[in-house]
Amino acid sequence: MLDFVQNFPCFSILLCMFAGIISSALNGKSAKLLNRCVLILITVMSAVLLVYLVGKGESFVYVAGSFPAPWGNELRAGVLEAGMALFFCIIMLLSLLGGGYKLDLELEHGKEKLYYIMINLLMSSLLALIYTNDMFTAYVFVEINTISACGLIMIRQWGRTIEAATRYMIMSLLGSGLLLMGLVFLYGITGHLLMSNIHTQVVQIAATETYRVPLMVTIALICVGLAIKSALFPFHNWLPDAYGYSTVSSAAILSSLVSKGYIFLLIKIIYRVIGFNIIQDSKVINILFVFGLAGMIFGSLSAMKEKDIRRMIAYSSVAQIGYIYMGFGLGTTAGMIASIFHIISHAASKSLLFVSAAGLSDVSGDSTDFFDLTGAAYRNKAAGAAFTVGSLSMVGLPLFAGFISKLLFAQAAAISSSWKMLPTLVVLALSTILNAIYFMKTVVRIYTPVKWNAVLHSKVTIKDNPVTAFALFLFIVLNILLGMCSQPVMNLINSGLHMFA
Amino acid sequence: MSRKRSEKEYQKTAEFHFRRWLEGSKDPFLDTVELKPQKKFAEEDAVTKKRQQELNELRLALYDKNKNRVVKGFEVLYKICSPLFCILIIGALLIAVSFLPPEGNASNPVNNEVEARYLEAGLQETGAVNSVAGMILNYRAFDTFGETNVLYIATCCVMILLLVEDDKIRNKLQLNDREFEPRNDVILQKVAMLLVPIVFMFGIYVMLNGHLGPGGGFAGGAMVGAGLILYVSAYGTKKTQRFFNEKIYTVIKVTALCLYGLLMVYFYYTGANGLDNHIPLGIPGNILSSGLILPINVLVGTEVACTMYAFYALFRRGDV
Repeated sequence: MLDFVQNFPCFSILLCMFAGIISSALNGKSAKLLNRCVLILITVMSAVLLVYLVGKGESFVYVAGSFPAPWGNELRAGVLEAGMALFFCIIMLLSLLGGGYKLDLELEHGKEKLYYIMINLLMSSLLALIYTNDMFTAYVFVEINTISACGLIMIRQWGRTIEAATRYMIMSLLGSGLLLMGLVFLYGITGHLLMSNIHTQVVQIAATETYRVPLMVTIALICVGLAIKSALFPFHNWLPDAYGYSTVSSAAILSSLVSKGYIFLLIKIIYRVIGFNIIQDSKVINILFVFGLAGMIFGSLSAMKEKDIRRMIAYSSVAQIGYIYMGFGLGTTAGMIASIFHIISHAASKSLLFVSAAGLSDVSGDSTDFFDLTGAAYRNKAAGAAFTVGSLSMVGLPLFAGFISKLLFAQAAAISSSWKMLPTLVVLALSTILNAIYFMKTVVRIYTPVKWNAVLHSKVTIKDNPVTAFALFLFIVLNILLGMCSQPVMNLINSGLHMFA
Repeated sequence: MSRKRSEKEYQKTAEFHFRRWLEGSKDPFLDTVELKPQKKFAEEDAVTKKRQQELNELRLALYDKNKNRVVKGFEVLYKICSPLFCILIIGALLIAVSFLPPEGNASNPVNNEVEARYLEAGLQETGAVNSVAGMILNYRAFDTFGETNVLYIATCCVMILLLVEDDKIRNKLQLNDREFEPRNDVILQKVAMLLVPIVFMFGIYVMLNGHLGPGGGFAGGAMVGAGLILYVSAYGTKKTQRFFNEKIYTVIKVTALCLYGLLMVYFYYTGANGLDNHIPLGIPGNILSSGLILPINVLVGTEVACTMYAFYALFRRGDV
């Protein structure tokens, strides 16, 4: 008999799905209310689960249905999974709070409920990607994730979002296709779909050298497929349009949750399906390393060239995703911990940046152009302060979340014994400088006083938009918390990775 | 001893000149400085027009491969590289496939305890004669629930793109689906009158018989959906909306998915917690057997039929 808490992973996935289904019979307002209630409930459930798991000290398996593995479906929850679910819920809730006021303006009348259907099902798929212990379940929910992300992009009906959604769909489906092919290969050589069973088979295969070539191809297919979906450097072309033109909460959710969900799935595959040692021995990880380094530089260079603040933030995501894959590429546990911490810190800062950038362009005649944004921080003080915090975190100033992840990356590189140490440190330093150039440029620009222009300028105080200001405040608190009290988070990640193996 | 300088004397000193220069009232090198307010920049209309025209021409020329050598070079490179890249990937995959276990070999990794239990104990454990139905709706029920949600969210995405809620806008857009088609086509209507009931009956048969033979919710639902589409194209929207309008569509869709979800919650909860789920499996081969599979097949079929019809209606009129 299970403890009742152990039902929570399954319940939270199904709750999101129910909310998504019921929303189509509701009007926009009730759908919004339902969505908020469900998200808060899931946040509480994930927190309870996290406390329970920390107390218990080991992960558990939840059999969905009456048949145990390898015959039925399974979910699995450890500290890392519960922590990620909690964090994802918080970011989702804050992004929706922060960008919610824009939805009324930018969405076609009567389509609000469709937006909340997409959000609910996206959340369910993210939770399923976090908790699943079965590769095919992961694939099914990757599909839901892809379609709902497309919906989130194109719900702001505008030429550029339609184009962005089309691009996103083509690239993302290519990634799904490669992932599916990888799964087919994996099933062909192991005969299992459940992660733990595949792992035992893969260890045998690696020991006996049978099916060595298909195994390598499988690893490559899965890694490249998920890299395309999470916008690793050479496959990032869909990203600036998708993040730059969709409605604010969509951009925040896409950049901080959707791509992170795929990366988390990749971490699960690395640890629980293929095995960390086998991944280390394969050369695929070096390719990820090189692409990650290239992304760190080229993403920042593209961001520097942008004259549009939203697209600049989007390109900065390319650089940050590069950091995460660089951490994978180091092939050490320290690198992996740094990557996971960076997933968290980047999600916290990037959604903050998107929401505050929207606040800044609101007071500048809805323009996202740098020139029009001059002095915007004086006109919307909350957004200006939030943007500054986000930028400082991205650049990696102490006190903020970004600093800790950069420190961890540098430490991981310094203690790694391979040839990867020097390039990592050099590129890390270079990328930090580039980050500082384009983010500080923007901060200076929004704090440059400018004469009042009656046509372009307007003023937004905290009282005008208290919900967004509250969300921004919580974002800042979260960011500083992650920066100041990183040790508990690190301990959680550490014990979570131990539970993975 | 200090003395007061006269104004004239003072005006000769360097201090006085410097001060005047600083204030801008007098330049020491010129006569009085003339301060004129700057004129506002105004462009003549003709110049503006010309500039716009040049900008447009530039935009057009930018992607013209005859004028832009970079575009031309990229096109050539693309034509050479993309087949090479494809051949490379196809080659790599073919090589990988050649290392895979041969098809149908008894010692393949896929012939393991998983498949053995599905085939040998499936009938007894799920009560379904059709072991595929047993597999997807009982052993791996979680995946299938996800898959049904994929269909649901696909409809929602099409709605985002094509749904026109407002009647006024619809009239303005002239989304009248029967504009270019013959009205009341006698041949079509007679054939539809004969075929539609048969299609419905067969679809429902496939749905209800999913656990006994080939078929199931997905196949049967597609048939019922096709029947609905045939009916609409023969008799038009007005007649169809008497029994299948947006309200009924939403109610059916939500009810089917919710019931499916509730059954799944019950199934997961009892299964995971080791409780008895009190669902009789019945005698294999009977129509009322195999526990949850029969109701789930019906619900999945309903959802699939709704999805099929909704796609057709949305693409045609922007409304269900």
